[in-house]
Amino acid sequence: MNTTKKLPVAEHSSLIEPTSEYSSEQFEATASTLRDNTSIVIEADSTGLSLNVREIWAYRELLYFLIWRDIKIRYKQTFLGAIWAIIQPLFAMLLFTLFFGKLARMPSDNIPYPVFAYAGLLPWTFFANAVTNSSNSLVGSTSLITKVYFPRVIIPAAAVAAGLLDFGIAFVLLIPMLIYYQITLTWSLLLLPLFILLATLLALGIGLWMSALNVRYRDVRYALPFLVQLWLFASPVIYPSSILPERWKWLLALNPMTGIIEGFRTSLFGKPFDWAVIAVSAAMTLVLLAYSTYVFHRVEDTFADIV
Amino acid sequence: MKPTIRVEHVSKRYRINARQLHNSLRDTVAALVRAPFDQKRNGESTSGNTLWALKDVSFEVTPGEVIGIIGRNGAGKSTLLKILSRITKPTEGRVFLNGRVGSLLEVGTGFHSELTGRENIFLNGAILGMTRQEIERKFDHIVAFAETEAFLDTPVKHYSSGMTVRLAFAVAAHLEPEIMIVDEVLAVGDAAFQKKCLGKMNEISRAGRTVLFVSHDISAVNALCERAILLHEGAVVMSGPVREVSAHYLDRANRLYSPITWTSSPTTPSSEIELKSANTLQGGVATQAIDCREPFTISMQYEARMALRKSRLFIVLRNAKGEILFTTSDYDTLTEGAIDRKAGRFTSKVTIPGDLLKAGSYFATIGADIKNERIIFAENDFIHFDVFESGDDTLAERHKRVGLIAPVLAWQTTEAEMQSPDA
Repeated sequence: MNTTKKLPVAEHSSLIEPTSEYSSEQFEATASTLRDNTSIVIEADSTGLSLNVREIWAYRELLYFLIWRDIKIRYKQTFLGAIWAIIQPLFAMLLFTLFFGKLARMPSDNIPYPVFAYAGLLPWTFFANAVTNSSNSLVGSTSLITKVYFPRVIIPAAAVAAGLLDFGIAFVLLIPMLIYYQITLTWSLLLLPLFILLATLLALGIGLWMSALNVRYRDVRYALPFLVQLWLFASPVIYPSSILPERWKWLLALNPMTGIIEGFRTSLFGKPFDWAVIAVSAAMTLVLLAYSTYVFHRVEDTFADIV
Repeated sequence: MKPTIRVEHVSKRYRINARQLHNSLRDTVAALVRAPFDQKRNGESTSGNTLWALKDVSFEVTPGEVIGIIGRNGAGKSTLLKILSRITKPTEGRVFLNGRVGSLLEVGTGFHSELTGRENIFLNGAILGMTRQEIERKFDHIVAFAETEAFLDTPVKHYSSGMTVRLAFAVAAHLEPEIMIVDEVLAVGDAAFQKKCLGKMNEISRAGRTVLFVSHDISAVNALCERAILLHEGAVVMSGPVREVSAHYLDRANRLYSPITWTSSPTTPSSEIELKSANTLQGGVATQAIDCREPFTISMQYEARMALRKSRLFIVLRNAKGEILFTTSDYDTLTEGAIDRKAGRFTSKVTIPGDLLKAGSYFATIGADIKNERIIFAENDFIHFDVFESGDDTLAERHKRVGLIAPVLAWQTTEAEMQSPDA
């Protein structure tokens, strides 16, 4: 190794010029023969739309460990522990039943209001918590982001996925309610996982977008609880979407949570599915997810610099 | 040999001022909608408030090489490391890495205090890029290296800081990357553990892996590296055999250091004494690079808003490991004005003798209190300076001895007068 060689001082225009006897091409060739997958090029331009799915796959165990960590520490040093996962939708259900069911006599598609509300609150609570947690996840992981490399998308994704456990716990309470109100289950129930999946994808879509925005604009932290609150009233949680005249239904369907919550309920209560609404909601969910994945990918390289 | 790291004309620009805050909800909502598309436009519009943390940096590192990156604070070392460890991208230029990068700048990253030692080994391992199988396979080695067997199932929050660092280092050291980045980690842990870490680094390089060692502890760089790169203001100033580069660094230390005067952000108005600024001087010249052999002065400018009895101005000197060397106060020598301090603007100076401090980085906390009553203010680590030993062998030897300071003390030897047996 000739050690005291003077380093070339080049103009910025000659960036592509190789600096030594090894050209870039040769280097990459040796790199790839040396070891699979370990030769890395770090450059300024991010590759735009191309999502490195292979890399995310390579880091799947990290996703698993982050979900596991989130679950593990969630109820540490709490007195009630995982019961908190039930308390939130349970008390919302009791309040809604009292104010909307009893006092306001809100229609509920001939389903007893408590179970109607709870069946709406389950996907809603999961969605709202998943969005909130994932939106704050990147900012809350500053020490990780500024010190280690890994696909950043794993952080908000883990926050969304960890919420599924709470959902599962809260779901358990639904079973005695279904029995108590003598609701007979039908084959429609088999479609229930589809709506849970849609809710997860939607939460991921919003979460990715908001978490990326939150890195730059901490306003998100303040705006989000308020927006989530508004969103609750724009979704058929406390009321059925049948409350709206038929010609305005499309408007409600543009809110992807409409199809998800209605679909969730229909599969529980065995009513006919409103496929048009579900299709619009599913399409909206996928569009949102695609858009936020794009946005996230565009800005993820800058997270460490601005967080 | 083919290089494991090749850095080609890498530059990194930071925009200094963050964008203004959004004051109204309207602005916020507008920003929410606009933001994703703003990114590029902002990146391109170069306002005057940009800082080039790295400017056209190029170098190569071959497998098995241990290379030191030296330079004062702000020279671009950490930016370079962040680019090499893929945390941030260069603004211009490219880096080719031939192998997995593990960096010890992330010691303990992702450690969660509520989780047990065992759980943290798995979590931290995954964060650093190890697979679960890999962690399971190395688990016993990691635990043995960290010497924390007895506390494996104790939450890390009950660990001492030394134990946490040992465990974190142990996980990172077992990553077995082709390229290992080590950043000042040796400033933590006790001497025995440091020795172990150095041993591990040697082992890593002997196994044909590349080690990048970043430090401003020149003697550590000298001891570990064959080659060094000197960074100054984001550019490579010199690259070559470690002795030459570090000698050059120490030699030019004074020139490389543009003198800084630290100024205080206004303390709370209620504070009776407000520190305005402070700096270090040697030979009457403001500098942060102190020759260990010569005395130097810390000078403080401050304003006393009212007359204060028994008020003391004090300095607490810490080294880079956070160990306190001493506390000194103007009250000690009953400096004129210390007992009955009058209102007004003052400059106080204290001179620290030469041949006392060891080579290294130092931080001085400046404060004032009223004796036996209360603290008036304390600016933690307000000023920073580096003490250098300038190269000659006897000096270097003295600075390598154990102990916090390296004073030259007056020894006297007299021949004992033999008692005459006859007398």
